[in-house]
Parts: sequence; C-alpha cells; structure tokens
Amino acid sequence: MAGSGTAHLRQPSETLLRIQNLVVDFPAGRGKKVSAVSNVSFDIASGETLGLVGESGCGKSTTGKAIMQLPRPTRGEVTLDGTDLCSLRGEQLRNTRPRLQMIFQDPISSLNPRRTVMQIVEEPLNIWNIGTPEERRLKVEEVLSAVGIDPEAAAERKPHEFSGGQCQRISIARAVITEPSVIICDEPVSALDVSVQAQILNLLEDMKARYGLTLVFIAHDLAVVKNVSDRVAVMYLGKMCEIGNPDALYAAPAHPYTRALLAAIPLPDPNASLDTEHHLEGDLPSPISPPSGCRFRTRCPLAQDICAQVEPQMQHVTGDQYVACHFPLQAVSEVPVALTQ
Amino acid sequence: MSVQTPISGLPTPSGTPGAPKLLEVRDIVTRFTTDRGSLTAVNGVSLSLERGRTLGVVGESGSGKSVLSRSIMGLLPRSNTERSGQVIFEGKEISGLNDTEYRELWGDEMAMIFQDPMTALNPVMKIGLQITESLRFHLNMSKSDAKDTAVALLKAVKIPEPEKRFSSYPHEMSGGMRQRVVIAVALACGPKLLFADEPTTALDVTVQAQILDLLAEQQRERYMGMILVTHDLGVVAGRADEIAVMYAGQIVEQAPTALLFSEMKMPYTEALMSAIPKLTDASHTRLAAIGGRPPDLVNPPKGCAFSPRCPYVQPRCHEESPTLTPSPTAPEHLFACFYPIGSPETEEVRLRIAAQRLMATAPEFVAAPANTPTPAQQSPVPAPPEQTEGM
Repeated sequence: MAGSGTAHLRQPSETLLRIQNLVVDFPAGRGKKVSAVSNVSFDIASGETLGLVGESGCGKSTTGKAIMQLPRPTRGEVTLDGTDLCSLRGEQLRNTRPRLQMIFQDPISSLNPRRTVMQIVEEPLNIWNIGTPEERRLKVEEVLSAVGIDPEAAAERKPHEFSGGQCQRISIARAVITEPSVIICDEPVSALDVSVQAQILNLLEDMKARYGLTLVFIAHDLAVVKNVSDRVAVMYLGKMCEIGNPDALYAAPAHPYTRALLAAIPLPDPNASLDTEHHLEGDLPSPISPPSGCRFRTRCPLAQDICAQVEPQMQHVTGDQYVACHFPLQAVSEVPVALTQ
Repeated sequence: MSVQTPISGLPTPSGTPGAPKLLEVRDIVTRFTTDRGSLTAVNGVSLSLERGRTLGVVGESGSGKSVLSRSIMGLLPRSNTERSGQVIFEGKEISGLNDTEYRELWGDEMAMIFQDPMTALNPVMKIGLQITESLRFHLNMSKSDAKDTAVALLKAVKIPEPEKRFSSYPHEMSGGMRQRVVIAVALACGPKLLFADEPTTALDVTVQAQILDLLAEQQRERYMGMILVTHDLGVVAGRADEIAVMYAGQIVEQAPTALLFSEMKMPYTEALMSAIPKLTDASHTRLAAIGGRPPDLVNPPKGCAFSPRCPYVQPRCHEESPTLTPSPTAPEHLFACFYPIGSPETEEVRLRIAAQRLMATAPEFVAAPANTPTPAQQSPVPAPPEQTEGM
C-alpha cells in the first residue's frame, strides 16, 4: 500500500508524458522536511486522461505542479515527448511552457479581476508573439465560442460579472489557446455545483477531442474522476497506491485505501446501504514524519508487521491494473521485471 | 459508539402526541434590496419538522437554500432585508423577535453548522474558549464545569486527545478536525434544532463520510431536529427522512426520501439527479448537464421559474406558475409542476429526445434514408442542447 516501484510504466515510446521516481520535499524548518511526493511514477499516452485521486494532503496537486516544474521537483524525471523537463534551464524550459498548461480549482481567483476577458484569454498569445493583433482577436473569439462563451458579449467584461462555471470556461479557453499538448486540471470542478460540474466535464471532453489534448485530471471525487479518465492513479500521503483502468479499478479495487475511498462516496440512492464498515478512521498522518514501510498502515484494517518494515512495490493485478500493497484485495501476479530499475 | 456527554442542560426528549411541532414555517418570503432592485431569495416556503427527524434541503447555488435556513434562524442582517411569513418554534412565533431575544435561542434552542470550518471559528481564540463561551452564557456554568463539558464534547465528536486539543488554536488542526470543533460548538448547549448548512462541502470524501456519520449519531443521541442543506443529492439520500428540492427560492418538490427517489415528479429534480456522475456508469459517459443558468431573482421569468431550462416545457409553463400541490396518489409527495414526470406530455418529449440522441450518436442505426427528422422533432417546442436522458 502506498508504495513505490515502476512496474506499471509502459514503454517510453508509447507515452507522451512520463514521470519517474518523482520526489518533492519542502523544508519544514529546524532541518525537517515535508515529504509531499515520494517516489511517484506514472505515464500518460497521447490523448489519454489520467485521473489522480486522493485526500487533501496526498500530494496530488504537488505532483501536478512538479510536472509543470513549479516548483521544481527535488528528484526524479518528468519526460515530455523525450525531453526531461527537470534537466532544462532558463529559456529552454520557458520554451516548453506553451505545451503544458494548467486549469485551477477556484475559477474566480485564477482570473485577474482587473482585466477583461479578452485580455485574459489573449495574454498567452501576446507573451509568445503568436500572430498579428487581428489574428489573435479571431483566435480568442474562436476559443471563447468553443468553450460556450459568447465573445461579442463577454470580451470587454471582467471576471466578477460571470458565474463560477463561466469563469471556469474562461480559464479553459485561456489554457487551450496556445494549443498545448498536456493540460493539468487541478480540481477543476470541486468548487462548482453538480449541474455546472456536468457542463464543465462535458466541455473538457469536447475540448480534448477538438484540440487533441492529453489531460492530467486531479480531483478528490472518484465518480468525477471515473467519468473523465482512461486511467486512474490513487495516491496516499505522497505515494502511489494503485493505478488502472477506472472500470476495472472501481469494480475490483485491489488496494484497501481505494476500497475505503469508494465506500466513502455518498450515493444518490436511499436504498443503497451505507458501507460504514470500510469508512476510514482518523486523519492523514503528518508528512513530516510519515509512517515507516507502507504509509497507509496506520489507518489500514489489514496492516501486519511487515507493513511497518517493508515498503510495498507495484505489482501487476490484471490488465493495466497495478497495486502497491502487501495484502492486496485482488490476486497479483509476479512483477514483470523488464521495466523496473 | 455511544458516548453520552454529561450535559446538564440537555432537555429530555419530547415528542408526545399533541405537543406542538418543533418547527413550523409558513409562507416565508425573504427579499434583499440590491442596486438592481428587490431580489426575492426565498419566495413563499412552508415546511415543518419534528424532533428526531432530518429534513434535507437540496438545490443549486442561488436557489435560496442557505437564505432559507438563515431566515428561519433570524441570522440575516436587518438593514437591507425584508421578511414576511411565520416561523413557529415549539408553538411560539419567533420571526418578530429582536436580537436580544434571538440570542436566548441561538445556541441554546437552535444552532447552525456552517460550510467553511476555516472561517467559522475565531482564529485568535483557543477552541476550548469557543466551546465554553455558549455554555457559560446560556447554562451559567462555572469555568471548570464548562471545561469538563467541553472536553466531553470534543470526545463525543471524536477528537483525539481532547484535553490537549482544548487549548489548541484552529490553525493547528486539519479541516475535518475543525469541522468537528464547529459541530461541538453547535451541540454545546443541547439545541433541539440543528441547521447544517453544507457541512461537508469543504471537506474530502473520506472526511465527509466521517462527519455525516458523526452528525447522524449525535442527532440520534440528542433527539434533535435537523435541517441538512446541501447541493449534493448523494449526501441527503442516505441521511434525510424527507427531502425538499429548492429552485429559485421556492420548494419545487418535497417528499419522504424513498418516495422522492423512486417517483420523481419534478423535471428539475430529475435533471439534478442525472447531472451527477455515477460510479456505475462506464468512464467517458456523457453527463446530462442542465443547460442554461438559474434565473435572475431580481427579474424572475414569467410562469414556472424552471421553464427556460426544462426539457419538457409546454406553452402553459411560460404563462402560469405552478403551485406546490400534493400528488393525487400520495398526499405526502408535493410538487410544483403542470406536466410532472410520467405525464403523457413529458413521455412524448422523452421519446423524442431519445430519438434525437440516437441520431446524434449512432446515425447508422437509424435506418431511414430520407425524412429522418420525424414530425415530432420539428415541433415548435424548443429543446435545449443538453437534455436529460431517460432515467
């Protein structure tokens, strides 16, 4: 549970973005450090959506930011199309920026309140000196229409005149305008109502098809993640627990933490019995002094002595499902050693 | 777990037949004066609640669900607010009270749990003091008694090491822990009526499940009436006895939970339900979003407030507003709709939408080479692009 390993990685030639042994530490004063992300590896094929799920504090947002090199990871590799972003400096790194974009959780605070929608969405083009002013204006209009905002009415208005859902549409327009290959969506619908959430999720699917995007979708809502993802990675306290195709993963979770997350979802059905048996007790342990061995062991109903001593490695379950657990809920096969380092 | 906290002021369970209801709200209207004119946030809501029961109030942002609970509790500012209607708490009219009289009720008789545990607590006050404050004020406890009670409360809301936490500041605790403290503050004086205004929206799923379990347990033990306000039908489905769905300041459907989910009548409830991504659906299932936006409450649309977004809209809906009336088959099921789900008009539209969807997603299966749009598809009834699918 909550372990390391790279058994689940595919061949580098099949993937667009590959994250290997990513470590992000933050100084916590007095020589201590917060280990926010610890030895996380995953990869994403072109056109795929990877869902990253976990509780607050599990390092999912930090992972997203580390891919963007904001801040730079402490160790590890982030390879985009064969280039290791962690080894780039200055202008070289800056030149990769238009290929990686980000959408944030709070749509209202991620837009500059003193600028008009036109200025906000056009800014990336200005920075990169793309096109003539007229071409830029047409591009902004095209992108705004694509996200369902009427450019005529909206261009000269400021973010406060729009609802949360509309602001998120504007953020998406700003993210797609440089025609990036990867967009990192950091909890893009957590601040929205269900009805608006459905609109934005549908919009992301449309944008993905229209602009050929690859998405990293970070969220804590498993149902939302399942809806958008081709692959789901479950994180706990800076470690990866389980990764796999959402349909298989949700039907037969192999990690006790995934099962607990699934049990916690309130179902909109009064006849569904509440699965209180698998509800987690307690809070996330401190990432300053994480538990030894498997980091999930302090809250795990199946924990044994070995969990405190040995950190579990990624093991193959079935299909593309992999789990890092000493006592997985599904049978695992031996690790194909080919890709481990 | 059955920790019964030793609260001396905890009233014994009432609820004898013939006793007045815990809460009765009649035709409450709340208007705010804004620069653009008068905004009707709550428009003629009536409801009642017994002790020990939970009423779920569900709706989108701006549906008036939070203003409703604040109106009942008397928490709204007086300066730009206009209120009418009756709020009867244990047989006594409370809507005309002044602030001093309200203070006697707040905390003691009714309490509220707010959405954001980060801002609901005073950041420069130790949490112990925030809990004992109301104990000392309402129950005139001595300092040491209040401390003992507060520690017992912290224990009841399952905060580890309650004695130590008593002198912590809010910033030293996680969001879930802070929400537990907020609940402890609300429960301190043993209120009979508890408002929980989106108590878990700011929290993670695992913590949400813990907090909802905790609220249900405390409500049972203390025999409180609870009004659980949320935008998530999933949160109320397993926890509320009765659900009221609000839209544009009005209750549009109200029924016991099981009945509401099995026989939805109001198209809005159905739309809200279909918009939720479901775990049982395969990934990349297109969600049935509700097109458009909630109405402007300064200039509400003519007729039914949901008519501009309703997939089943008929000409009559744009002209007259439906009132909340009991269902002919089940009098406890109230809804405000001329053409509820299951009526011939909605069934016709439903079939048409299904045909349109099939056309859009898999035209090869529709084996009509010419005249593919059937006459029904060309009918003048406008159908918004994002439609609800059959449920």
